[in-house]
Amino acid sequence: MTRIVVVGYGPTAHRLVETLASKGFDGTVTVIGEEPRPAYDRVALTSYLSGTTVEDLTYEVPAGVVTRLNTRVTGIDRRAGRVELAGGGSEPYDVLVLATGSAPFVPPVPGAEHAHVYRTIEDLDAIRTAAKDAVEGVVVGGGLLGLEAADALRALGLKTHIVEMSPWLMPRQVDEGGGAVLKSHIEGLGLGVHAGAGVREIVADGDGRVRGLRTPDGTVLDAQVVVFSAGIRPRDELARSCGLEVGPRGGVVVDAGMLTSDPAIYAVGECALAGGMVYGLVGPCNTMAEVAADRITGGSSAFEGADLSTKLKLLGVEVAQFGAMEGALDVTYMDPVAGVYKKLFISDDARTLLGGICVGDASPYTSLRPFVGRELPASPSDLLFSGAGAQLDLPDEAQVCSCNNVCAGDIRTAVADQGATDVPGLKACTRAGTSCGSCVPMLKQLLEKSGVEVSKALCEHFTYSRAELFDIVRVRGITTFSELISRHGHGRGCDICKPAVASILASLHNGHVLEGERAALQDTNDAFLANIQKNGTYSVVPRIPGGEITPDKLIVIGEVARDFGLYTKITGGQRIDLFGARVDQLPAIWQRLVEAGFESGHAYGKALRTVKSCVGSTWCRYGVQDSVGMAIALELRYRGLRSPHKLKSAVSGCARECAEARSKDFGIIATDQGWNLYVGGNGGFKPRHADLLAHDLTTDELIRTIDRFLMFYIRTADRLQRTAAWLESLDGGLDYLREVIMEDSLGICADLDAQMDYHIATYADEWAATLDDPEKLSRFVSFVNAPGVPDPSIVFASERGQIKPVMAR
Amino acid sequence: MNWTTICAFEALPPERGVCALVEGAQVAIFRTYEDEVYALGNLDPFSGAYVLSRGIVGTRLGEPTVASPLHKQVFSLATGRCLDDASVSVPRYAVRVGVGGHVEVSLEQRVEVGV
Repeated sequence: MTRIVVVGYGPTAHRLVETLASKGFDGTVTVIGEEPRPAYDRVALTSYLSGTTVEDLTYEVPAGVVTRLNTRVTGIDRRAGRVELAGGGSEPYDVLVLATGSAPFVPPVPGAEHAHVYRTIEDLDAIRTAAKDAVEGVVVGGGLLGLEAADALRALGLKTHIVEMSPWLMPRQVDEGGGAVLKSHIEGLGLGVHAGAGVREIVADGDGRVRGLRTPDGTVLDAQVVVFSAGIRPRDELARSCGLEVGPRGGVVVDAGMLTSDPAIYAVGECALAGGMVYGLVGPCNTMAEVAADRITGGSSAFEGADLSTKLKLLGVEVAQFGAMEGALDVTYMDPVAGVYKKLFISDDARTLLGGICVGDASPYTSLRPFVGRELPASPSDLLFSGAGAQLDLPDEAQVCSCNNVCAGDIRTAVADQGATDVPGLKACTRAGTSCGSCVPMLKQLLEKSGVEVSKALCEHFTYSRAELFDIVRVRGITTFSELISRHGHGRGCDICKPAVASILASLHNGHVLEGERAALQDTNDAFLANIQKNGTYSVVPRIPGGEITPDKLIVIGEVARDFGLYTKITGGQRIDLFGARVDQLPAIWQRLVEAGFESGHAYGKALRTVKSCVGSTWCRYGVQDSVGMAIALELRYRGLRSPHKLKSAVSGCARECAEARSKDFGIIATDQGWNLYVGGNGGFKPRHADLLAHDLTTDELIRTIDRFLMFYIRTADRLQRTAAWLESLDGGLDYLREVIMEDSLGICADLDAQMDYHIATYADEWAATLDDPEKLSRFVSFVNAPGVPDPSIVFASERGQIKPVMAR
Repeated sequence: MNWTTICAFEALPPERGVCALVEGAQVAIFRTYEDEVYALGNLDPFSGAYVLSRGIVGTRLGEPTVASPLHKQVFSLATGRCLDDASVSVPRYAVRVGVGGHVEVSLEQRVEVGV
């Protein structure tokens, strides 16, 4: 049985062992990593500083793979076929794979030992600690990683400078013109940009505390944190010391099959020198891992260089580069006001697209990158100015996803032969869009062009989706179902469209859900303002905001339950559910509860349910904010808000997260600076942790952001689509959501705010309103012809001192 | 034919159901948008609970329907047949709006639908 040993456990090693597993490799695989954890997503590393956890970033170890973490390999004994481990011990191999990655380049200047680098979780922890007592920071390096590090320092609250040797930022991705636009973007954010500058010295005091950075002309930039992010060096020392061939400037020399000069040793990722190049991007490194896994399992695939195209968003500005960065001819579009720079390089006969650069608007990347090396699909000016690129037909062999090397033809095959009908389906079939996600818009276009018609129709009565119906109702000011279905639908509705429209009308107009014609639209739960149970009785849940309740109110609930013979149970949402009420008992139960100061908890509605809380800083020795007070405020603010599905929330008073806020549609976790807001979580059938939307918000910012999140969700989600699924289906995901509700990119925030303000101003308790209305009350009888007679089919037995339903059969 | 008077027609809310107790049987009575009246057994055969009168009234391809409030199986108001499972049906009763605008039900004219 073949024994594979992999040295290094970064993303490339992960891709290698994952690929081996997927190919059914039946030998043993041992991965030795010096970090204390399995591989994690370094592309998303910066999100760690804004609250993403190590667990979220860490990849799952494939089944059967043996890992040796916190373990350093000190040497390779090629003759014996084993690697030597620090602290003694060794690991024998038949096939060895070097995936040792790279180390950040730290220039040999005085004081460099006091500077930070930006590569691992531990590096980020150190930067975060250093930033606590700092005011200013400097990042050395204005490339992709440097700007990412600068964004991190800025997010940590430091006044940040970027020092770049080249005359402009991101010299590998953009030309001088693009660099100028990029610089003005970044300076607009308050960062200092020092291009064409270098480092002479890191200035530190006698205790090793950093004071600043001196450039070659003697200028000192004050800073208490300095981060080097000025390129990488392959970690080839193991290969060197055991006599494998390495390149003159570093990197383990490999052939197209990723084999080193020893036929039992492969090298992949950033430590490998393939075709004279060291690759530092995730796409090529993944390809190398796949090639090596294929060769090890008897395949013959080859690594033939890689597309270094890049599309990213750094410091809020889109930057993209594809294909060549020069050509006989070029066409430039520049709008300094909007901060947009786009340039295409074309062949001397003006027919072939060679490459392009984008700053401020990366849309040409998506539409035109697949045409590199091909005939231009339209005139360059049309492509740059009118956005005509979006409508182009891609040839089958055009690459769509460069991270996972998927071509347009692969996508078409997945649609035609594997039955993929949506983006998640394509991701599952082809892996396209699963790494950086920049090709997802292209996947959607390909789906549409493949003729996949995913019906958005709500049901046979409406050809519109819920979101479209919402807009119709909103824009045309429609207030009744009859008006909507007679003008925009067919027939008289059903159990699918009626509650959906009822919810839309409630979201937009509020008002009582049982008013007039609306009563006939409601599911039985909304129709009786209680939750139907298996025997046709209902359960009643009074609102207990934040889960806080006085002893007197607790006693009232107990008395009501006792007097009406109801089964009581504490819910997961920190409230009390009273079961076994017949429809004719409901008003009398509410009457007692309302008199004691309770109101409906909307446990029956597709609406806000509860806002759970931990006890918070008032009592808890760990709490940093008043989570109970916040939970109560939020629950009272959003009570009664009808939505496409139920909404749950929770507030935790510290990072220990006792309220389980991250399993909620919107969860809030206190920090010592304010509140972190997470969205799109749920428990249930398909659990999902909520994603961090924004961190360290003030109370006002928090509330406005939640207002907009909820209203945007209510406007655009499908019927019965919870926030988790909605967020995953949202074009552009979390970034897009932030743009819409925090940067107002669609210009709808004032509208969303007004809508929420209207909801809050017009909220009324549905139970009390029903009790006040004889017309509505008349519906609460078991038998229309015998109002005083209880339903004889409802029978109970006793269990553990309480009632339980007995079914007739 | 023995008709039992239930209530005034106006007591039937449009596009909803009510339940009546007729000689010990639970009868679900529905009024449609067009003011037609239908009567079915109130027992939901799928759940064993007496709840059909509390379902949502609508149409399927023009046929008037009610959906069980428990698990949403749809029944034809005209025939009592379950449109989601042809092997299941509920009894249909004769119902009319009689003299003085009163809704009347007859249990004798129970219409069994063939399986």
